[in-house]
Parts: sequence; structure tokens; C-alpha cells
Amino acid sequence: MSLAPFARRLLTVTGMDELGTYRVLRVADPDTLEPAPGQFAMLTAAEHWGGGEQERPFLPRAFSIARRSDGESHFLLEDVGPGTRRLCELRTGDRLWALGPLGTGFIAPPAQRRAILVGGGVGIAPLAILQDTLVTKATVLLGFRDRGRAEGAALLDGASLATDDGSVGHAGLVTELLAEELARDPGAVVYACGPAGMLEGVRALCEHLQVPAQLALEAGMACGFGACYGCVVPRRGGGYLRVCVEGPVIDAAELDGVDAHAGAPA
Amino acid sequence: MSVEFCGLELAHPVLNGSGTFDLIAAARVFGEEVREYFPFSAYVSKTITLQPRTGNPPPRLWEAPAGLVNSIGLPNKGLDGYMAEDLPLLSGLRTTASDGAPAAVPVITNVMGASAEELTHLVQACDARPEIAAIELNVSCPNVRTGLDIGSDPAQLEAVVRAVRPATRKPLIVKLTPNTADVALCAQGAERGGADAVSLINTLRAMALSPGRPGEHWLGGGTGGLSGPAIRAIALAQVAAVAARVTIPVIGMGGVQTAAHARELLDVGATLIAVGTESFRDPAAGTRIASGLQALSAA
Repeated sequence: MSLAPFARRLLTVTGMDELGTYRVLRVADPDTLEPAPGQFAMLTAAEHWGGGEQERPFLPRAFSIARRSDGESHFLLEDVGPGTRRLCELRTGDRLWALGPLGTGFIAPPAQRRAILVGGGVGIAPLAILQDTLVTKATVLLGFRDRGRAEGAALLDGASLATDDGSVGHAGLVTELLAEELARDPGAVVYACGPAGMLEGVRALCEHLQVPAQLALEAGMACGFGACYGCVVPRRGGGYLRVCVEGPVIDAAELDGVDAHAGAPA
Repeated sequence: MSVEFCGLELAHPVLNGSGTFDLIAAARVFGEEVREYFPFSAYVSKTITLQPRTGNPPPRLWEAPAGLVNSIGLPNKGLDGYMAEDLPLLSGLRTTASDGAPAAVPVITNVMGASAEELTHLVQACDARPEIAAIELNVSCPNVRTGLDIGSDPAQLEAVVRAVRPATRKPLIVKLTPNTADVALCAQGAERGGADAVSLINTLRAMALSPGRPGEHWLGGGTGGLSGPAIRAIALAQVAAVAARVTIPVIGMGGVQTAAHARELLDVGATLIAVGTESFRDPAAGTRIASGLQALSAA
């Protein structure tokens, strides 16, 4: 896990690439500490942040760092609200504020154990940088709503796909692909990020099969560095975990469940 | 730009609002150097209660137009946990004075209780610890006997402060609630009760409904408090009204994002200002605003 500089950094957009329904935001960030896979950044457009739908956005938005390449940081975006919409509008040369890298990262699997990466929708982002850094070949299982979103799978290598509408790959849930893989190799270690329903499916399956799983969670978040106490999820045994500092990557054994209710501001 | 406040020498006029900056978490995220370049001239703890609290169930946040509704529920380790585990980690902070020299950052501990007896117990415990320079009372808490927020009624607030006052000779700050008919009357009550200073504004009571679920609360705690630039004009009015009616120092806060906003609160009579929600957007906001104030006063 890397420490973040104690200040937001004003960064310049170097590109905005289309990836089906998604966008890949690239920013020049040569001086950042190399993030651990799973760490995230809080992003704010330097101009016109606010004044959109319902006079939002106001807070910065949390995004997993999807990739580091040639001094650039990459983020995977989907336009689902005023904050993500404004970020999707950014063009080369525009500037944005970034704070990070923040939070916990994935812990690499023990030697001789296969990593299975399970992603859903825009939540595939941290699995890309994880795949980049793993020294052994991982199995990649990705689920999407439809064909346009399934194009996001290009962010990773060699993914097996599932779609809700059956337009690409397995018609059904990515957790069904995971169940098949774990039946073949119960010694694997699972790394997952995606919507709460998918994460809960992964968590319950891995608990049942006693397979270790690391889940990258999302939650409504104001600060990203443990100050606001807004982004909590219930911890097994009582109390709460702050997704920003005790997560976003949390050992599935720490959770009784992943609640679909506490979504992030979009 | 150094400021004298209730006998404390502060490097600059910018504090954090209670519950808006967690030093222990920040040191984990940004490194221990945060302790050497702390953004604020005094560190105000989050609210400490007698017993530990886990806080409210999520969701705890709602993004409002130019602001934030929160319903955190004052999670804390309780008095014993705070004294044993947290307070030792809050000492020895340094900030940068306007001449560039390092300056000590005193700790102000914020406490909340549901009765004068409970508050007295908390204040006595703070009085006994030399690491604590001053005490702030969070009076946005329902009185167990009356059901009224202690701080919402001038006479009740005066009585509680008067009962708590003998428990310490350290500076006693009363954090006023804006959710009352006349905040200046409450400030006068706090002053008559023996407060050394008042701080305001706390968040404004607010709520949000779940999208697509008519009438259903979004926040796990039901209602919450609104902060951020959405409340800045209200804060300015309330700080001005209070400063005009009390002789004790006023700590002004509410939606401060820039040195110019801080300057406005100082211009209407605040001695110090605090930054809260803006630190969520920019953890170094305190430093930016303090140096901006310095530049404004030099101009």
C-alpha cells in the first residue's frame, strides 16, 4: 500500500478513450507513488464541478486506479450521474484534481495458488492493474449487462465473459462462471470487484467453499482518507469498517454480507 | 497572524471543525509527516461520549446542492478508549506559523453528554489530562430529562453550562446548534453560564429521501445535518448575530472553502474560524486557507 501526498494534485488529461459504453480517462501523473492494485483516487474536475443535475456534483468521486502506464494513471468511467458525467466530458488538456493513491490494495496470492479475478461492470477497473502486477497467469471472469458494456473486457487479457442479456459469452451471472472454476480448482484465491449484488454472490460462494476472497468495495464517500466516517460497511462481529481506509479491498471473511443499499454518489 | 484565544497562543486562526479531520487515519494515509505540517492551529477532536458508539447504520451521506447531508452518529471509542488509545496519538502536532517556524498545535477535546452530570464527568476527565488544552461541549444532544436538544433552549443551555463550569479551569467552548429559534440568545445563555467561548454553526438538520422509494429515508440514521457551501450565508448571519451579542470569543464556521470566506467570518466578529466539509474535498484546505488569510492581511 502506497502513501498519498498530503495534498490534491492538479493533473492534466492526456486522453479520453472510448471503450464501448465506458470511457478510459488518462491523466499525466508522473510523480505519483506507484499505487498498489486496488488503491483508488478521489477525482474532481478543476472547472465546472457543480451546477449540473440538481446543482451537483459537489464531492470528489472515488475511482479505482485501473492502470499505470508511461507516467499516466488510467481510470474507467461510466456516465451514471452528474459527477461521472462531468468527468466523462473532460478532454485532452483539461485539468482535474486528484488525491491518492488511497486505501488498501489486493494482497497477491501465495505461491502455487491460482488467482481468479472476478469483475462486474465498471468494477473491473482494479482487476486490470492487478492482472498487470501478478507474476503468475490469472483466470479472469467478467460480467456485464450488455454488449456495449462487455467491450470493457478489453481492459484485461484473456477474460471469459458473462452478460445479463446473453449477447456476449455466458448468458447469466459471472458468479456462475466462478462456481465452475472453483469446482475445478478449489485451491484458488478470488479477487473481486463489481456491483454489490455480484460481490455478495462471490462472498457467499467463497464462504461456502472456504475459498479465500478479497473484495474491493464501493460506498458513498466524502473524503477518501478516513475523515468523514461516511463510507462504512458492517463488519462481521459488530461495528463498521470504513471502506476508504480499512478498504476498499476487504477480506471477505471480515463481512457477513455486502449490502446493495449504500451506493456511491454518481 | 498568530492569535490569542482564551489564553492559548495559536499560530493562525484556522481550526478544524469537530468530526471533520481524523488525524490518526490521516497519518496512516499520508504518513507521519502530517503531524509536522498539520493544517490547523489547534486540533479539535471528534465528539467523545461516555460510552463507545459504533455510529449510525449506512448510508451515512447524501450529496446535496453545494453541500453534504451526513448522519454519522458520532462513532467513538468512548471516554476511556479515547483517553487510553487516541489522545496519546494526538499530542505533539506541529503546524507552520506565518513566519515559517513550527508551532505547537494544542488539542481541544469535544465531548457530548445527555445530562449535566454526564457532561461534568466528561469535562472532569478532560481536565485531568495535561495533553488537553481546551474542551468543547457538543450540546446538539437531546437532554435525557427534557428531550430537548440541550443547546436549543437558552435557559436550559445556561443551566447546563453553569453546572459543568466548575469541573475545569481550562477554556470551555460551547458548540452552538443552529437548529434553534435564536442562536444569539443561546450564545448569551452559554456566556452567562460561564463559557469561555462559543463555536458555530453546527450542521443544519436535514434529510434526504431514497431515489425511487417515495417517502423513504435515505440516511440510515433518518435525519442528518447539512454542511458545506450551501450553509455559508446562514453561518455568516448567525456568527454575526452571536458576535454582536456576546463578549466572549467566537469560533465561526460553516461552508468555508477559501480565505475570503474565512475573512468574512472574521470581519463579522469571529476570533477563529474552522474548516470542515472543505477538508473532505481537499485535506490540505486548512493550510491553504491559513496562508490565504495571511496574504489577505498583508495586502
